[in-house]
Amino acid sequence: MRNELLLSPHSSVPMYAQIVEQVVAKVMSGAWQAGAPLPSIRELASDCQVSVITVKRAYLELERSGVIVTRHGKGSFVADALDATRGLATAEFDSQLQGLLDAAARLGMARNELLDRVGEAFDASPGASQSTTTSTDKGTTA
Amino acid sequence: MTPAIALTGVRKRYDDFALHDIDLTLPRGQVMGLVGVNGAGKSTLLRLLMGLIRADGGEVEVLGQRLPQAQVAVKREIGYASDDMRLYRGQTLRWHMDFIRSVYPEWDEAYAQTLLKRFDLKPQQALRGFSHGQRVKALLLLIFARHPRLLLLDEPTTGLDPVARGEVLDAIADVLRDEGRSILFSSHNTADIEQIADSITFLHGGKVVASRDKESFLDRWRRIVCRGTATDALRALPGIASVRDSAPLVELKTGAFDDTTLPTLQAMGLSVESVEPMPLEDIFVTTVRGSHNA
Repeated sequence: MRNELLLSPHSSVPMYAQIVEQVVAKVMSGAWQAGAPLPSIRELASDCQVSVITVKRAYLELERSGVIVTRHGKGSFVADALDATRGLATAEFDSQLQGLLDAAARLGMARNELLDRVGEAFDASPGASQSTTTSTDKGTTA
Repeated sequence: MTPAIALTGVRKRYDDFALHDIDLTLPRGQVMGLVGVNGAGKSTLLRLLMGLIRADGGEVEVLGQRLPQAQVAVKREIGYASDDMRLYRGQTLRWHMDFIRSVYPEWDEAYAQTLLKRFDLKPQQALRGFSHGQRVKALLLLIFARHPRLLLLDEPTTGLDPVARGEVLDAIADVLRDEGRSILFSSHNTADIEQIADSITFLHGGKVVASRDKESFLDRWRRIVCRGTATDALRALPGIASVRDSAPLVELKTGAFDDTTLPTLQAMGLSVESVEPMPLEDIFVTTVRGSHNA
């Protein structure tokens, strides 16, 4: 069976990131279920006609964000549901954070200014007071 | 495990051209793309590895064996394709297949049939009736169906129409499944290399000007457009390979992009407008121009 992903060499998104996005999409949509084995790195590289090193990099990234787990000598699998959900949310957070940093760089914003703006926005957001209380609560109850 | 290819200090001199001190390693199971202009030394390098010519100095090791001593043994394990390979014009492709099959016990007839279909070739047709593209595909079929452990492909996709190019890349991609097989291929078409190679080597004027794994290679190169003016301090930053001024904008190309690059530019009074990754072709041209200036 061929495990073709729909990759474009002409996209501004690097090849490894396209692989990450599409594996994430397959996991989120349930096409690849928790515990299901992923194609081996070489199989996927061969089927998608991309280099082995590119797929390796994508798998490492997916592993780091908890979407997949790799068992030595057995290959890679979709992580258990809870880890995968958290992994996906983390991946989403990381990508938005990168977007924020890029936007700040375009504005020439200094580190302190950026941190101040993030702090202000956090304090002003509806969930903020609650989560700060929770963290103080933890401090007192622990 | 010994690498598929290991070159140390390899030299080869001709009247009008020389390879200088080539150091190059291709680990087993990897694909290396060789990029260079005509006359950069790509074909000479591949011919050295195939044992068709001898180095004047340095060490050439292929599949763990020293050349030229182990030449005969090593050649059986190599599949070499280049423009100077000739097929018999009066014979059919089937005749060629039977000939290779009689010499190489590793011949895989089932895979040969798969490739015949994929390449859309007629085995009973005499080679003289083949187009250039069909001849290239026939040659690759004869090599690929032997499953050689090392493929040396000199411009395998040059002169092919886009459909044939896709078919050849497809066959190269088959090889990726086997971790024991390695490929070194040269191409004018950097897009082919960008897609399928694990590592990339730039050859220019008989020298290796860059050789590293593709992912970190592409990661380190960026085209950055800023508002501001180009200063000497900017030109002197490490990794800056090209600076173009078109007021009020400045375009930079750097081969040493990392987390510190943008803050450094801002500290110099430049405001960053855009940061883009660069295609391999642009990286190559920028590197070659930089090596001329250096």
